[in-house]
Amino acid sequence: MQRIGRFEQTKPARLPDGPVLALASLLGREPSFMLKFVAKRLVSLIPTLLGVVTLVFFMIALTPGDPARIMLGERANAEQLAQLRAELGLDQPLVKQYGLYLSRVVRGDLGNSIISQQKITDELSERLPATIELALMATLFASILGIVLGVAAARKRNSWVDYTTMTGALVGVSMPVFWLALVLIMVFSIFLDLLPTGGRIDVRIYFKPITNFYLLDGLILMLKGEGTEVFVSALKHIILPTIALGTIPLAIIARTTRSSMLEVLKQDYVKTARAAGVKERKVVYRYALRNALLPVVTVIGIQFGLLLSGAILTETIFSWPGIGKWIYHAIGARDFPAVQGGILFISIFFVLINLTVDLLYSVINPRIRLK
Amino acid sequence: MSDNNPTQAPLLDIQDLQVNFHTRRGLVRAVRNLNLSINEGETLALVGESGCGKSVTAHAITRLVPMPPGDIASGSILFRGDNLLDLSEREMRTLRGSKISMIFQEPMTSLNPVFTIGTQIAEVFRTHTNMGKKEAFEKAVELLDLVKIPAPAKRAQSYPHQLSGGMRQRAMIAMALASPEPGLMIADEPTTALDVTIQAQILQLLSELKERVGMSILLITHDMGVVAETADRVAVMYAGRKVEDAPVEELFANPQHPYAAGLLGCQPSSPQNKGAHRLESIDGSVPDLLSIGEECPFSNRCPNASDRCRAGFPEKSEAGPNHAYWCHHPISNSGVAS
Repeated sequence: MQRIGRFEQTKPARLPDGPVLALASLLGREPSFMLKFVAKRLVSLIPTLLGVVTLVFFMIALTPGDPARIMLGERANAEQLAQLRAELGLDQPLVKQYGLYLSRVVRGDLGNSIISQQKITDELSERLPATIELALMATLFASILGIVLGVAAARKRNSWVDYTTMTGALVGVSMPVFWLALVLIMVFSIFLDLLPTGGRIDVRIYFKPITNFYLLDGLILMLKGEGTEVFVSALKHIILPTIALGTIPLAIIARTTRSSMLEVLKQDYVKTARAAGVKERKVVYRYALRNALLPVVTVIGIQFGLLLSGAILTETIFSWPGIGKWIYHAIGARDFPAVQGGILFISIFFVLINLTVDLLYSVINPRIRLK
Repeated sequence: MSDNNPTQAPLLDIQDLQVNFHTRRGLVRAVRNLNLSINEGETLALVGESGCGKSVTAHAITRLVPMPPGDIASGSILFRGDNLLDLSEREMRTLRGSKISMIFQEPMTSLNPVFTIGTQIAEVFRTHTNMGKKEAFEKAVELLDLVKIPAPAKRAQSYPHQLSGGMRQRAMIAMALASPEPGLMIADEPTTALDVTIQAQILQLLSELKERVGMSILLITHDMGVVAETADRVAVMYAGRKVEDAPVEELFANPQHPYAAGLLGCQPSSPQNKGAHRLESIDGSVPDLLSIGEECPFSNRCPNASDRCRAGFPEKSEAGPNHAYWCHHPISNSGVAS
């Protein structure tokens, strides 16, 4: 089976060595292959991001509806509307608007939210830690459990372990997130009264966030000897959203791991390892899994990206103050700059995650460490 | 019932081995009543067409027959006097890779693509001894040198995809030798995937190593040329049964079973084909293992077949010292011989 290196597909034809050399001089040594690769990939992000900005701009600009009308309401007169349009630059030709938008984005300015009048970049960075925290937890939950279940199912193929896991995965992947979230709240919060229904932390706890990642903040406070209250509360609040958000990725990862593992366990080198007297556990978890993880890593990366952007429903149901919930409200209020900014932000994340996955790939798979 | 020289206890002695596969279509009797022995320091070639039970036999020796669907129904496999079929999985595992090692047909796919050659060889050492990581790696480099891989220290750091097919097979052999005391090496078609010049080199290497390390080799092949070059003794299998067993010169000079003779006839280099315009072939094809009863499995293709052949599998006959065959109408009696 010939695997095409992902590097080959994504590697740009020829890129200037400028950034590479700059990086090298910064580190004071000959650039390694990895470094060159990262530098080149970072440069190649520029056209990708330009495309994203363009797409996002025109998608929103071509959506029917007049932002000025929405902001001022039905009773605004023509003069007021014209004035606001001029303020927002909406009276300019579309191409010119695009140019203005682009030049602002390049300088890191996404504009102000129509509703709150706050800078969108501030609003986003304020909410980003909540979203990342939840997405990370959900990805961890889905990856660890998914890989363990997938390997177990592959090893005991056609046994009850396999059937149970795969039936569970099918149910998991078909379950609507909002429904699962509501069921979880009903069972664990209302009937059993074990976990809170929403929010990031108990409102009665007052603490000054350090990193804005509450779990991390809780750990820091614990290490400082200021009690476990914050950590425990943050953990309790994140459990249900993690499960709700992580179930579909869990199912996908379990299925991918299973099929990839089944493929790998058939390979000759697994037979070689067995014939060399290597313990079965080691054959599975060291020799086979490392190979089987290649496609799984890709799936995990994609899922993580989707979780960052796709947490809208989960965040809304659990009143999780992250980007998803914010975008949900921005859409409801026709806050176009906010929607634009939010989507752009998420897209950049997605692209960066893809880069990380590619790098991880070359760590696991030596065949694509191409010169 | 074994055919070995009684004065010396064989290294491996397979007695009356039966391996079955339970498939959806029915019971496949892949190996039937097999007796086979390998003496210390001997190279035994196990020869036959694809699907005749050669590889299954090899896997049965290492107990790597997948069960289910496989099933070692009866028989015993004595290795230095111990019946391998009675060992626990843990005891069997300590033998695999140390006293009984295996190399496979496809050096391309038999090495793990995500670990360096050196790591993989060192891993085998570490499995069977309490060597440290560094020491095991140094041993691996020594072995790579032993199998004549140039710049072994550098090559040990290479991944399989950075090596040529021949080099990979050498690395596989090194891995099979990664043990304090190699006893038996099972080489399952070790040269089939290699081109001819590399084949010769690998066979040469195997012969040299056998002398140097003092091990025995079970060579599984369908290539009579390889047999002639490497083996001391040959066992010919057909559809799960052994049909002839003889020292290599004896078999080449005086084959008794029509199938063995047919195999030799297919070989461009065989003496009977000298000056021939056309190579001979064996008419017909291997029967479906599902449909074979107690008859001689070769009877549907055999030019000499009679009702006797279709009634039952023949008893053992001897054509000379250490030369046994199982045929009602051997070549020397029927007069069909070249």
